Amino acid sequence: MTITAPSAPTQTDATSVADRLKVPSDVRVSTIKGARFARNRAATTAMTLAFVLAIVPLVFVIGNVLAKGGPVVTPSFLTRDIPTTAGASELKGDCAKINKYDPTAACDESAVKPAAPKPGIGPAVVGTLITTGLSALLAIPLGLLAAVYLNEYGKRNRLASFIRFMSDVMTGVPSIVMGIFVYTLWVLEFGQGRSALAASLALACLMLPIVVRSSEEMLRLVPNALREGSAALGARTWKTTLRVVLPTALPGLVSGAMLAVARAAGETAPVLFTIGAANTVAAATTVTGQSTTLSFQIYNLITNGGKISPQMAWGAALTLIAMVLILTTIARTVSARFTMR
Amino acid sequence: MTVVDNPPTGSAAPAGMAGALASSKGAGADRAFRGLAVAAGVTVLVILALITFSTTSSAWPAFTKYGSSYFFSTDWRPNQKKFGIVGFAWGTAVISVIGVLLAVPTSIGIALFATEVAPRRLRRTITTVMDLLASVPSVVFGLVGFYVLRAPLQSLFRSIGDSVAGIPIARNVLGQGSSGISLLTAGIVLAIMITPIITSVSREVFNTVPRNDKEGALALGATRSEMITGVIIPHSLGGLTGAVMLGLGRAMGETIAVSLLIGASSSPQITANILGPSDAMPSAIARNLSEASGDFRAALIGLGVTLFVITMIINVGSRRMVSVIDRRIKGAA
Repeated sequence: MTITAPSAPTQTDATSVADRLKVPSDVRVSTIKGARFARNRAATTAMTLAFVLAIVPLVFVIGNVLAKGGPVVTPSFLTRDIPTTAGASELKGDCAKINKYDPTAACDESAVKPAAPKPGIGPAVVGTLITTGLSALLAIPLGLLAAVYLNEYGKRNRLASFIRFMSDVMTGVPSIVMGIFVYTLWVLEFGQGRSALAASLALACLMLPIVVRSSEEMLRLVPNALREGSAALGARTWKTTLRVVLPTALPGLVSGAMLAVARAAGETAPVLFTIGAANTVAAATTVTGQSTTLSFQIYNLITNGGKISPQMAWGAALTLIAMVLILTTIARTVSARFTMR
Repeated sequence: MTVVDNPPTGSAAPAGMAGALASSKGAGADRAFRGLAVAAGVTVLVILALITFSTTSSAWPAFTKYGSSYFFSTDWRPNQKKFGIVGFAWGTAVISVIGVLLAVPTSIGIALFATEVAPRRLRRTITTVMDLLASVPSVVFGLVGFYVLRAPLQSLFRSIGDSVAGIPIARNVLGQGSSGISLLTAGIVLAIMITPIITSVSREVFNTVPRNDKEGALALGATRSEMITGVIIPHSLGGLTGAVMLGLGRAMGETIAVSLLIGASSSPQITANILGPSDAMPSAIARNLSEASGDFRAALIGLGVTLFVITMIINVGSRRMVSVIDRRIKGAA
């Protein structure tokens, strides 16, 4: 048993640990030991149980999404427009049911009711790619430069410490506050209206502190000997940074940035008031126009109800999880592959 | 630290020293690059200042017009111009506390399991599981809760409510579970969502415990659980406090999953009944801000500002608390 091994050196007799456990020579000592070992065993079990407890919701969520979203997700589901009748609570053939609950309701079986539409979330896929990509373009260069300032120039001076502290604080700002911020300033105050760009701004605000902090951590891991060597060759800090520090830290920087992108792709709250709506792929292929994203669409489908909403929401959820997981996995692989060397 | 860090003047040093050694070639480029980097750093501050200013000024009409009744009343009826946010604050507080109470023991257990118990191969699996759990988007938790868990929870809550109907205090806390979405449902989902962050921070904290201290305890005959309570936990208290507060901040700001699972009462009251519906600050904003205008909009943004300020205080407070406790431990050692 591994548990007993650490206490072995304190014992005066030379018998093996296993022997002593099986045949206690001294009853009094063995009872004390018994209680302590029992407590130790209980603690170990509790810790293991905690881990199992965390696996349960993960398996439950992923399992449900796979089971319910799997049959829905097809290439055409991913590219088709969102049916305008997705939110319809009445579809063809529903008249009998409607009249059963409300006999006075006018219900024309032949004309008004749409046939069951084919589910599709093409616009949300396009919109997610555009808004997430755009927010990455805004946040990653800015965050990286700020990290360069913190680690290569500012170090421990007052401004750098303040920026470091404030980006830590900003990491904890609720994501919905970013949405409110862009909504009040960009959409209302500046009168820019809701758009993919507005949503990207909100997501960029969310990503920025994450990128700053993770990039700074990565830059800090670069050995100082490299900087000193470069300085000894006469390179200035900017050249050292661009030619030596950043290339050395690149895998870590890439993986940190991708994790931030993955986080932004899954966020709903900052997008809620800033993106507007789009039902066709053509409409969603825009930067300055209104758009939609997967997470936003899932939220809408759940809250608006409708006949085919649940199945579309499950399909969209599977798509979203797959996108986020692909990004996360690439990030982990990149950092694992390169830190080995 | 670094060679370029040697002069005590700090920030101005690298350019100065390099300039003294080398020719002036490249000094302009260095100054430009430095300027760019400083500007990027300052932009972070500017954005944070803009967030504070812009949201506060939009919410100002609500603060000034409704004054103390805004912060100290539970009466929230937008169509009658009554805006009291206490009910929402209560909902946020209750679900965050439930979330933290459930998540903290689990997370610390997982972190200890990962650092002290699990064999090396399993440690990577634990990291993967936590990363996966952290990468599940909030809206997906909401989706699963809404479509899959609501119905079974409804019958469970009803049977709980029936069975405690005669017990004085339990009747008030666990009674009237009319539907499956409630404060407790939202709290449980929050616990799942903040577990990865608390676990990963706790793991980092546990990894900083000096190996000598741990081995010393084991050499004195301590069992592993005694080593954990005697060495690891006291050494990590500061970091753990930070981890818990970080989780609390996350829990308070979590929007979408909570919005789908808390029950969306239009005017939440202070209630002990955790099986009943309520509403939280961020989810009320999420549900209403798009269509709101005038005073209603200002009141909703005010909710956001209040939330912002509270999470800021928690974040700043947690960092300060961590440094104080760390100093005390170092002073004692």
